[in-house]
Amino acid sequence: MATLPAAERPRARAAGPRRHDSAGPLAYALLAAVVLASVFPLYWTFVVASHSDNSVLGGSTPSLVPGGHLLENIGRVFDTVDFWKALGNSFTVAGTTAVSNVLLSSLAGYAFAKLRFPGRNALLVVVITTVMVPTQLGIIPLYLLVTDLGLYGKLSALIVPSLVSAIGVFWMRQAMEENVPDELIEAARMDGAGQLRTFWYVAWPGVRSVAAVLGMFTFMFAWNDYFWPLIALPPENGTVQIALNQLAAGYYTDYTLMLAGVVVSVVPVLVLFAVLARRIVSGVMAGAVKG
Amino acid sequence: MAVHTAGAQRTLESEAPPGRRARRRPTRQSRVTPYTFIAPFFVVFGLFGLYPLLYTLWVSLHRWDRLTGDGGFTGLANFRDLFADPDFYNATYNTFSIYLLSTVPQLLLALAVAWLLDRRLRARTTWRALVLVPQYVSVVAVALVFSQLFGRDFGVVNWVLEQLGLISAPVDWTADTWSSHLAISFMVMWRWTGYNALIYLAAMQAVPRDLYESAMVDGAGRLLTFRRITLPAIRPTLLFTVVISTIGGLQLFAEPLLFDSQANAEGGTEHQFQTLTLMLYKYGFINNDAGYASAVSWVLFLVIAAVAALNFYLTRRLGGSDR
Repeated sequence: MATLPAAERPRARAAGPRRHDSAGPLAYALLAAVVLASVFPLYWTFVVASHSDNSVLGGSTPSLVPGGHLLENIGRVFDTVDFWKALGNSFTVAGTTAVSNVLLSSLAGYAFAKLRFPGRNALLVVVITTVMVPTQLGIIPLYLLVTDLGLYGKLSALIVPSLVSAIGVFWMRQAMEENVPDELIEAARMDGAGQLRTFWYVAWPGVRSVAAVLGMFTFMFAWNDYFWPLIALPPENGTVQIALNQLAAGYYTDYTLMLAGVVVSVVPVLVLFAVLARRIVSGVMAGAVKG
Repeated sequence: MAVHTAGAQRTLESEAPPGRRARRRPTRQSRVTPYTFIAPFFVVFGLFGLYPLLYTLWVSLHRWDRLTGDGGFTGLANFRDLFADPDFYNATYNTFSIYLLSTVPQLLLALAVAWLLDRRLRARTTWRALVLVPQYVSVVAVALVFSQLFGRDFGVVNWVLEQLGLISAPVDWTADTWSSHLAISFMVMWRWTGYNALIYLAAMQAVPRDLYESAMVDGAGRLLTFRRITLPAIRPTLLFTVVISTIGGLQLFAEPLLFDSQANAEGGTEHQFQTLTLMLYKYGFINNDAGYASAVSWVLFLVIAAVAALNFYLTRRLGGSDR
């Protein structure tokens, strides 16, 4: 816990050693059960994906020990569907939307937090309200529109509608407000810096780490999205989720193949998660308090 | 988010001379700039979010083939057909059943997990991260993994239940209404419980600790403190999660679609787990009846709005009077 989030340090210290606060053995045991439940399906996926065929599941006792066929099954995944293309597509879409979300949300967040203009508060309320709008229900006209624009089947059909999101704008506004002092902006403006220069050299450095978390969330969200890619792309030019879905199709389900595909699709996201777990956790929690 | 940038903030503040708050008269450029900065969001949302949603209403009033286009204005005919369609009522029932089965236990469980996490723990961040992991596994992956876990022949769930002597023959989880709803609800719960727990945890940590202190002094136990202090204090957050999970829970799509190995949007042989969003997909993109599907869309939209508003009202009343 060497890098305890700064904001929580004083509280923890002030709390001191108190009976109410500290976790007993029962709390640890219950939490361990919760963690087991949240991790077991992933472990099981790995176990199934590393065995040679469904028969391992059919015995009197399912094996909880990984087998030695993971690479072979992953090889079959790449032989069955064009997973390379799907991975490439997913990286392109998720990477592009992550970068554009970070940039466009930061600009908008900067304007909402640091610039004064008529209608600012009303427009901000509009932004926040749109988070609640179930836009998924407009999927048919969205499909018609994207087709009319000639984007059907292209990766831009996924990228363009997701260039910037309400949550991102709201989040970056919060970050600008908290981490960029007004005085600094004004000083830069006094010195004759334009809005874009002020944004880039004064505001942006203060919110970079928040922006990184936003970018990662956007990446994972785009990577995991399913409904819209299913509609906007033909199966042969799909994303990872579409390819995964194809592995599952058919009357006879080859679980080892299917779950080896799940392993391939989940690994990039889990690696990202493992590397940035601390930031993700505090990102989720910070978004909660303010959202 | 202040957490990570607190250091940077301190440096910035120490550099800035205090108390300088001179307002500059806005130039023409600075009057226009704010709008160009926020414009991308409004353009993207307007074009790809709001416009399609409103246009759905227009499409729903037409006979409209997805591939050949507008086939003429038919007024409310699509809605009349929909309200006479037994599939619609079946899908509405399934939607609500799965929504309740997944959301109510999920939020209660999340509260319990948050309550456990809201104390001094060793390796605190690790616990939090492990609880959060399922949120980042894609819905498709979750659906495939759980369709194995709930498989009739090789599924782990059946195996465990058999070992415990709770069932004598393997359950075909996809075959019945109750069993399929239960299995699908487990997928949703698995993916979302930890996320909601962390949201609750964040709210709980904002509760002033001296409130607990004085309750302890007064001899209140943990459960009582939780009910009397924690719950009312985190009510805004409860409200938020209830509304958000309503909006999401009533639009379930990938879980029921992929629970059926044929993924044909029928929701099982007897439509026993066809949700409204599955029905929307089936009519819109398999049968190509965009008009009818749009009618489903709009009815679902109204249902979501009504239920979200109702839940907002109910949760607001939770824990007594408004403060």
